[in-house]
Amino acid sequence: MSTLLELHDVRAAHGGITALHGVTLSVAAGQVVALLGPNGAGKTTTLRVAAGVHPVESGRLVLGGRDLTGASPRDLARAGVCLIPEGRGVFPNLSVRDNLLMMTFTGRSREEIEEIAFARFPVLAQRAAQTAGTLSGGEQQMLALARGLATDPAVLLLDELSMGLAPLIVARLYEQVAEIARQGVAVLVVEQFATAVLGIADHAAVLVRGRIERQGRPDDGLRTELSALYLGSAP
Amino acid sequence: MEQFLIFGVVGLSTAAIYAVIGSGLVLTYTTTGVFNFAHGAAGMLSAFAYWQLSVGWGWPVPVALAVVLLVLAPAFGLAVEKVVLRPVQNLGEAERLVMTVALLSGLIAAARWIWDPNTPRPLSAFFVNSAPIRLGPATITWHQATTMIVAVAVAAGLWYLLHRTRTGTEMRATVDDRALAGLTGADPLRANRVAWILGTQLAAIGGILIAPTVALDASQLSLLIVSAYTAAIFGRLRSLPLVFVGAVVVGCLESYLTGYLPQNPYLPGLRLAAPALLLFLALLLFPQGRLRGRDRRLRPVPTPTMRGTLIFAASIVAFGMVLATVLGESELISYGPIFSLGIVALSFVPLAGYAGQISLCQLSMAGIGAIVWGQLGADGQLWALPAAVLVAALVGALVAVPALRLSGVYLALGTTAFAVVLDRWIFTLPAIDLFGVQIALFNQGSVEMAGPNLFGLRLDGQAELMVFAAVCLALASLGVAALRLSRFGRRLIALRDSEAAYATLGGSLLVARVLVFALGAGIAGLGGVLYGMQLQSVTAEQFNFVAGLPLFLVAVIGGLGTVGVGLFTGTAYIGPMHLLNSMAPWAHNIVNLLPALAGLGFARHPEGVAPGMRHGWEPLARNRVAVLALVGGLAVAWLLRLGDLINGWTFFLGALVLALALRTYAQSREAGAVVTDIPVEWWGVRRPWRAEDREVLSRGIAAG
Repeated sequence: MSTLLELHDVRAAHGGITALHGVTLSVAAGQVVALLGPNGAGKTTTLRVAAGVHPVESGRLVLGGRDLTGASPRDLARAGVCLIPEGRGVFPNLSVRDNLLMMTFTGRSREEIEEIAFARFPVLAQRAAQTAGTLSGGEQQMLALARGLATDPAVLLLDELSMGLAPLIVARLYEQVAEIARQGVAVLVVEQFATAVLGIADHAAVLVRGRIERQGRPDDGLRTELSALYLGSAP
Repeated sequence: MEQFLIFGVVGLSTAAIYAVIGSGLVLTYTTTGVFNFAHGAAGMLSAFAYWQLSVGWGWPVPVALAVVLLVLAPAFGLAVEKVVLRPVQNLGEAERLVMTVALLSGLIAAARWIWDPNTPRPLSAFFVNSAPIRLGPATITWHQATTMIVAVAVAAGLWYLLHRTRTGTEMRATVDDRALAGLTGADPLRANRVAWILGTQLAAIGGILIAPTVALDASQLSLLIVSAYTAAIFGRLRSLPLVFVGAVVVGCLESYLTGYLPQNPYLPGLRLAAPALLLFLALLLFPQGRLRGRDRRLRPVPTPTMRGTLIFAASIVAFGMVLATVLGESELISYGPIFSLGIVALSFVPLAGYAGQISLCQLSMAGIGAIVWGQLGADGQLWALPAAVLVAALVGALVAVPALRLSGVYLALGTTAFAVVLDRWIFTLPAIDLFGVQIALFNQGSVEMAGPNLFGLRLDGQAELMVFAAVCLALASLGVAALRLSRFGRRLIALRDSEAAYATLGGSLLVARVLVFALGAGIAGLGGVLYGMQLQSVTAEQFNFVAGLPLFLVAVIGGLGTVGVGLFTGTAYIGPMHLLNSMAPWAHNIVNLLPALAGLGFARHPEGVAPGMRHGWEPLARNRVAVLALVGGLAVAWLLRLGDLINGWTFFLGALVLALALRTYAQSREAGAVVTDIPVEWWGVRRPWRAEDREVLSRGIAAG
């Protein structure tokens, strides 16, 4: 598998406070990498750095062998990076159809996008004229995920897909994520709800206070370590 | 019936223009989150440019129209986007509002500079030679028909753009979530540019269409926007069809009021004020949409120390006394308003600085104070002074009650509407007989203002009035500083930070708002009384909405949260104006433009310049040797001036040089003495404890 997204020794800060102390991470095509860790560890910042939304203080962001450190979110989007931000990445006052129209900036036509999105999520076709903000949480997340499907990205960055959703819907959404990865997309997922994502992840990294403490296959050892991180270790 | 139809046609034709202007306003607001107070001024400028090309230079009408609509208006829209609004894009709502208010004020000043207001500039209607269309008893001129056709075309075009094109969707998406729009590969900047170009073009179309029916006057044309604001509020700042409905209501109301308003000396102003009244009503009655692009980037309000404020107040009085004794009689008249307008500007501090309530009608409140003094204090009765303050405060409270549910842009609009109603109607009324008492207002002319009688001491001279105003400003500054340190002051800041949180913690929004509006209006009323006393005779124009804008802008530049803003505004507004005028009489146009230019430069210092100035002078205040040298030096220079041994210029320049030299000395002493990076726990041990340390520590602890 060829590596698509690479972060090399990335440092980033919020104001004067350093959030990432040299994070190195890579995601290959077709691979799902789960980025886990407690609140405030820097998971969302890592994703925002990868999408060009948050500036890098030092280190490099490499996409498909090209150094794109410092590129704008728009340029990275057009280069194939798709970030679905935390809390429903949809335009709430636009209709479902207009939300899909906003996915045409990366090259595909409106018809193609609607075809892919409606085939994968038939409920969206029924709600095509409805304002996105009035959809249920799961439907909004489907619409957001449709961007990951229909725009044919090289890299998909998902932030807290499960937030506020019922476990059954989360499981279904993650099935779609696995399907997207099987098509050769590099997927980096940030998730608090670790069990949901570890089921589909090929690789997991644990981020604590801006440093990657451990990474590897999502085996039992990693799960135990995560429990200790979230709940505190046994005395 | 025939008359009804005729007025209906006139109303619909005006409505069409309001609809075009209003939809441009809504377009820029929904796409960029900026409520453009200068939207009408852009239309005004286009009308003047069109007049210049077609009448002034005799270009053919189609060419002139094409140049204005396709070249000048888009270029202006792009320039505004790039130069004025991009620097404040990431700042709060108030900052963006200030930028457009500065633009409004600047464009009016610029138009008056370029096109002499005393020269009439008639502009003929379109197709004036074509025979009007007859529709039963009513006739429609081709100009009126054109406006209606243009409005329908604009409506259809905008609907198509926003709902049927990708560019339109991109524009709407940018408003919804700018960051997400960037993530999809769209270009939020391009969406903004398209909105500004289109918005300015629509303003230009409206301006050119309306100019033949009204006088080509910068301020009047810019304020026609009030009618378009009303239409926009009908559309809740987002629905274009409702904007058109609103425009029809406003246009027809104006027209029918012209036709059917009974002959009565009190009513002619009502027709002019009707759009503003309707705006006020619309703001109150219609549920308001979520404010676009509203963010909570709030800066901390500086905490003054009582000792520092006492020194500052003493300096104000000393400054007033020095000015009063050094300046000649005519200069005293010119520089007199430094302190009185300073008090009006100080009224922004509790209102906008502490409580976050943007009011654009403070100078109108000052006008109310002046009227009451003119009425009650004709012989200088001292009791009339608190009475004037009280009446202004009551009017402020009256504004606050309906304005309770307004905030941000809506509140600024509501207070604008209030100021315009006063300008166009109330201040123009003849004397009113109320229960046998005659209330004179401005009596359709000017009001004579006497100086106060201070326990037998009649203050009539300009010098005495200046010292009196300085003492009042000093006391008001002390009061505002005390308010900041009080429980009520903290409540006001809590109200500014989050109204919802304030209410859920048990605070009463109504009480807090009414009190702070009353307080602000009372302070402004006091300023108005003193301003009037110094001018000896005042007219309504001196207190109108447009005259109040530069004062607001200079106060914002000073820093609305700072107690020193009163003196800063008075000095910075009045000082350069008369100084430049006395040096070069031709410079008065530049002078009128200065507050607007300074306001546009505001993006660099959103916290205001007064805190920086205070910081710069603090080392001097801490250095006893320097303070003694300064006071001694000034006293000697003052005595020399009083003895006529040096002239006024030498005195002021000498004082300035001495103060700057001592400031540099004190700064260098402090820089040498202070070891940098002393750990916090050693403050007060390894270096002296400073007044501001407490605030720094409190903020550090609060930040966690």
